[in-house]
Amino acid sequence: MIPEPIDVAMPDLLLELFCEEIPARMQAGAAENLRKLVTDALVDRGLVYEGAKAFVTPRRLALAVHGLPAHQPDTHEERKGPRVGAPEAAIQGFLKAAGLDTIEQATIESDPKKGEFYVARIHKHGRTTPEVIAEIVPEIIRAFPWPKSMRWGSGTLRWVRPLQSILCTFGPETEEPEVVRFEVDGLKSGDTTRGHRFLSSGEIRVRRLDDWMTKLEAAFVVADRDRRKDIILADAKDLALAQGLELVEDEGLLDEIAGLVEWPVVLMGSFDAGFLDVPDEVIRATIRINQKCFVLKDPKTGRLANRFILVSNLKASDGGKAIVAGNERVIRARLSDAKFFWDTDRRTNATVPLAERLAKFGNVTFHEKLGSQFERIERIAALAKALAPLVGASPGLAEQAALYAKSDLRTEVVGEFPEVQGLMGKYYARLEGLPEEIALAAEEHYKPQGPGDRVPAAPVSVAVALADKLDTLTGFWSIDEKPTGSKDPYALRRAALGVVRIVLDNGLRLKLSEFVEPDLLAFFADRLKVHLREQGARHDLVDAVFALPDQDDLLLVVKRVEALGRFLSSDDGRNLLAGAKRAANILRIEEKKDGVSYDGGVDLVLLHEPEERALAEAIAALGPKIETALAAEDFEGAMALMAGLRAPVDAFFEKVTVNAEDKALRANRLRLLADIRTATRTIADFDRIEG
Amino acid sequence: MIDPALPPHMRPDKSFQGLILALHAFWADKGCVVLQPYDMEVGAGTFHPATTLRALGPLSWKAAYVQPSRRPKDGRYGENPNRLQHYYQYQVILKPSPANLQDLYLASLEAIGIDLRLHDVRFVEDDWESPTLGAWGLGWECWCDGMEVSQFTYFQQVAGFECAPVSGELTYGLERLAMYVQGVENVYDLNFNGRDGAEKVTYGDVFLQAEQEYSRHNFEHADTQMLFDQFRMAESAAAKYLEAGWSDDRKRHLMAQPAYDQCIKASHVFNLLDARGVISVTERQSYILRVRELAKACGAAWLATAAGGTPAT
Repeated sequence: MIPEPIDVAMPDLLLELFCEEIPARMQAGAAENLRKLVTDALVDRGLVYEGAKAFVTPRRLALAVHGLPAHQPDTHEERKGPRVGAPEAAIQGFLKAAGLDTIEQATIESDPKKGEFYVARIHKHGRTTPEVIAEIVPEIIRAFPWPKSMRWGSGTLRWVRPLQSILCTFGPETEEPEVVRFEVDGLKSGDTTRGHRFLSSGEIRVRRLDDWMTKLEAAFVVADRDRRKDIILADAKDLALAQGLELVEDEGLLDEIAGLVEWPVVLMGSFDAGFLDVPDEVIRATIRINQKCFVLKDPKTGRLANRFILVSNLKASDGGKAIVAGNERVIRARLSDAKFFWDTDRRTNATVPLAERLAKFGNVTFHEKLGSQFERIERIAALAKALAPLVGASPGLAEQAALYAKSDLRTEVVGEFPEVQGLMGKYYARLEGLPEEIALAAEEHYKPQGPGDRVPAAPVSVAVALADKLDTLTGFWSIDEKPTGSKDPYALRRAALGVVRIVLDNGLRLKLSEFVEPDLLAFFADRLKVHLREQGARHDLVDAVFALPDQDDLLLVVKRVEALGRFLSSDDGRNLLAGAKRAANILRIEEKKDGVSYDGGVDLVLLHEPEERALAEAIAALGPKIETALAAEDFEGAMALMAGLRAPVDAFFEKVTVNAEDKALRANRLRLLADIRTATRTIADFDRIEG
Repeated sequence: MIDPALPPHMRPDKSFQGLILALHAFWADKGCVVLQPYDMEVGAGTFHPATTLRALGPLSWKAAYVQPSRRPKDGRYGENPNRLQHYYQYQVILKPSPANLQDLYLASLEAIGIDLRLHDVRFVEDDWESPTLGAWGLGWECWCDGMEVSQFTYFQQVAGFECAPVSGELTYGLERLAMYVQGVENVYDLNFNGRDGAEKVTYGDVFLQAEQEYSRHNFEHADTQMLFDQFRMAESAAAKYLEAGWSDDRKRHLMAQPAYDQCIKASHVFNLLDARGVISVTERQSYILRVRELAKACGAAWLATAAGGTPAT
């Protein structure tokens, strides 16, 4: 029989930092930072643990580390000292460094070279884990990486908001744990915490994680953030369902709300159905941003219902009646404002002609050095008109759409809720009876905004979207406001990536050099590289294609990169690449040594070996065909032809010595290598390809 | 809780004036000096020297006061039930910020009749910054059932100087709070004096006409040439007083407050010019910077006074 292992309970650590309300957006990051900083510091000091979990609520940041040893492992160290009979100063220095009292505590060893010398054998007992914790936690608190921190009262400690108490206990599950004692700027650690701000009173004594959780729960605190989210979501859905409605889910809002409550109580309120005249997006923006409430949808109509879900932090003595009434009042006031803006805008648009509305943009500076918004709109309109034929749009319609596209920026609704810009333009254009292309372009010309955003496809939208982005890029480039490092205040990278995605997704043929200067073209190349890399393309292939001259047509660049990728994954491709790189390497060395270029002019008479003759003939025969294929943008065809070079190149390197004794022969062979380089360079710069 | 024996004209939930009286009583009880409003036009209670200047330097300070605040751009000709170009802030400053400041604030809400077992009070992140005062702090907007009723800030920097000790600042939006406790939807319907029938005076009776007149003034008629002149005059006067006030080898200052008055003046004149729409976006920034420079110089002067922590020799 195998004996049962003796179950020695390993001790656990519980740490809770209790403070005034932590901003919701910082909570998840802070929990992760606390976990990482404490566990890393423990491991650094030889304290390996079994598991760790962080908790965060608006008022507390906590960490439980499970399965820690009771003390650090002992350490042994050998420290070599001075030779026996060394000067007193050296001996004393050694004693001090090794932590010995007298030289008798050191042993003497001998070495054939050095003779007799002292060695200190230092045996250090590991410190107890609480001692180590008491050392690292204050350090972590003092240097905690909050995005923004502050001082309070007369102290100098920095924390996200005033830190009020610290709980820190350590011990195995089976015993009464000890309080890990330390002090941070006058704040002493202990074993007490507090419950909900309003639903609980007095201090709560805690031993370890399990009773911390249960006692907090009894004191109306759900410590686990994910559980709070689950409760909110489940209760919100239930309330909606009971009314035959659907919750409009919103992960960002849910995250934020979970950071605003310790005891979520989900309630439903309503507003006057008359407000539903206002577009859904505006209602949602009002309720979400200003009030941090969820909106609900009527599944029968697909439109918003006149209800909302609020999450309070209080189990109120009247069941939440006063809270709902209060929130309804605020939402009523907010929606009255929104409806007032919406009505005002519609009235203005109906009575003031577009030209007059646009003229007002003359007073708005777009950028000090780039003129007014009005001048910018005119530039975009002219560019959209010029781009229209290239994207299959009517020039007149594209120009008109571009003039309209920014007009909603001066409306009341967009002034109040900037995030519905474009969308309002679409609604207003429809109300004004403008062609649908113009309405769509008003919304879509801002797209794509981020990596997940849709790329416009309607030709008029495409023309305006390209014109808008190109004007921004060329404008800021002309005044030397380019992105540097992490600084990109005008979101120029996003604009350039937007152009890249619009061109590629729509299969547009656009010679960018006709619209932008070379330096900006290089910026596009970078964005394309990033974009292709994210899609899994090899960045070296992109480099190899961009190394060719006149690569300003993004669609062709991509087609070429794709064909190249396929070619190189074939046997012929891989071998030809090896041969071409070998040729290029030899040339690089020899051309440098000789100080000449071997490009052009192979002398057929000097080709003695059959392999070199065959290679020269192959290049001569395939060259024009490859060129024809390339001219027809048939990259696959060109690569297939190029594959024909593989056998002659391989045979050449196998049989022919390039660096022949005869100088003329050597030069001619180097020229033949240069022909390989030239031939492959019609497709890509093989030298930049890895492998 | 509200004393049930109080007559309506003194009760915070029945009259606007009662709300002010209740806050005065509460904070006087906590050791604050209860001051009167500063006698100049300001955009917020923070501009009162009792906050801006007293927040600087090492000396303790506790004060509470009402400050009429002018935001020329927020005028709506008396037509919007929530927006005013002139409104009241109740301002409390405690230096150093006590450890129980949040509890004190919550107790003050109870004192004006907000039952914390019935209402959902929340501290929602809101960092405060005043570019014109060169000041910033961290704190929250305080929500009651979804409505922002106060601003709660721990000052970190004022007039470009680090605050040590740190002051805690509470700013109550009195009209909003009164609307909430009185259950009124339109600010002009607030009961001002707590009386009924013929004796009743509403907020509208007191301020509606003023809102209409000042909206016309702020947006249409304020004499911009005069205002531009006043800005320059205030700026140069501040510089003059600052220069004249230095003594003892620039170790002590004898006229920090008169200089700061001119800084306040410049700030308000700028707000009026802004409302008149005669300051372009780019100019705007430079005006803000000019006021900030004045504020910084005044802060430096204040620190060289007795109340700023430089003892008289």
